[in-house]
Amino acid sequence: MRIRIEGLTKEFDGVPVLRGIDFDDDVTTLAVIGPSGGGKSTLLRIVGGLIAPTGGTVEVDGEAVAFDERALPAYRAQLGFVFQSSGLFHHLSALENVALPLRVVHGAPEDEARERAADLLSRFGLAAEGGKRPVQLSGGQQQRVAIARAVAARPKMLLLDEPTSALDPEYTNDVLDLIRDLKDSGTRFIVVTHEMGFARHACDKAAFLHDGTLLEYGTSAQLFDRPATPELQRFLSKLLEWSI
Amino acid sequence: MHVLSLLSRPFTAAPKQAAPPVKAVANYLLVCVIVIAVFWLSLGMAGIALNFDFVEQYRTRIADGFLLTVELSAASLVISMLVGVPVAAGQGSRVLPVRYLCDLYVKLVRGTPLLVQIYLFYYIIGTAWGIDNKVVAGIVILSVFAGAYIAEIVRGSLLSIDEGQMEAARAVGFTRAQTVRHVVLPQLVARTLPALTGQFATIVKDSSLLSVIAVIELTQTVREITATNYNFFGGFLLLGGLYLCLTLPIMFVSKRFEKRFGYAH
Repeated sequence: MRIRIEGLTKEFDGVPVLRGIDFDDDVTTLAVIGPSGGGKSTLLRIVGGLIAPTGGTVEVDGEAVAFDERALPAYRAQLGFVFQSSGLFHHLSALENVALPLRVVHGAPEDEARERAADLLSRFGLAAEGGKRPVQLSGGQQQRVAIARAVAARPKMLLLDEPTSALDPEYTNDVLDLIRDLKDSGTRFIVVTHEMGFARHACDKAAFLHDGTLLEYGTSAQLFDRPATPELQRFLSKLLEWSI
Repeated sequence: MHVLSLLSRPFTAAPKQAAPPVKAVANYLLVCVIVIAVFWLSLGMAGIALNFDFVEQYRTRIADGFLLTVELSAASLVISMLVGVPVAAGQGSRVLPVRYLCDLYVKLVRGTPLLVQIYLFYYIIGTAWGIDNKVVAGIVILSVFAGAYIAEIVRGSLLSIDEGQMEAARAVGFTRAQTVRHVVLPQLVARTLPALTGQFATIVKDSSLLSVIAVIELTQTVREITATNYNFFGGFLLLGGLYLCLTLPIMFVSKRFEKRFGYAH
């Protein structure tokens, strides 16, 4: 999926969060890394059409994203989102969470939607949890249901916003393994993450966002092995301080 | 285990925990016996002898009054929801006159006694607009009154739907209408149903005030009967009992809803 971003800025109540992002590349799997408050989640939400930028343009496969509430639902429907804390609908069971958008947004018949949902849940090791509501699931299970919902309609691309940040460490790997499996079966994604091992080994490209600007972009190996800017060098060395 | 705890600590349960069934029933009975005993003692000390003979004599009128109270309450519940839900939505409107009108309505109704509203509405607005059917006027007044409280209940629930749910709805590609239909409404129902049911019990009781404009509902029926036979104690005791026949089951249903939709919190 070719993503072209030009002069993208975003302010929240006059406070700049993104200060002019330019980007142009064919995205397969991309990790967005950087310190908290650097604008990573905001960038992901703009690319996904969830919030409108203050200035600049986003183009996907040659078509400009129109940030207009009437056009956006159709755009968002081609993507799959996973948020930091599940974002599952409280009032629906795990199965219905996956099946409802298939039915309502993508027009799948009821039984087909349920079948697809049940299929995905069992593929993700959740065969027994389909009837449970989100509150009855562990954080890791919720996140896997959220991923099942995100991939159910075979989106062009997944957008994952810190999908493991709210999880206990034991569940983190479950979720990361699942995303890697999806990658191996050809799913494209952009992930905002603090899991540097995952960014380095499971993502083809990486982008380093610092204080609202895109300071470095390249292959993961390049960014992690030969960080060019002092900001990225400092960021990486800080993260390594307590690693084994 | 239960029997043991019943014998060793018959009157206590851990805070915030339901008592085991045997214990609960035994203690509830005990409380009822004490309440009735105190009441009976008070009657004796005041020198009142209760007499319910009039029930047989007036049973058609009492039944009619009871039925009218049920009808008034049911109609008012439906209409007050039709008033309350749009008002709750209107309080968040982008159009300022709409927002302030809804706000003013809620403030005026909640800030004045129902009795005042009944007199004002019936004698001024009712006369001016030619609403001379007392039952219709009663239903309108009760609906307008309860509508303000329902608007507050619904508004509170709307505010409590968390932003994450709305973002998730946008993320899966729902339009605004689909978000309302598949996310907001179901969660709203789950959050408001227990409180709305409770509000219904309040409507049932408040309908008794319509007796002041001589709507012949349950309270007015009993007032008329006691005005002729002077059996005030029997009459009003019966009246209280009949209202409980309506409100206790409603409260029970409200509790059940609370448990059924517990996931929303």
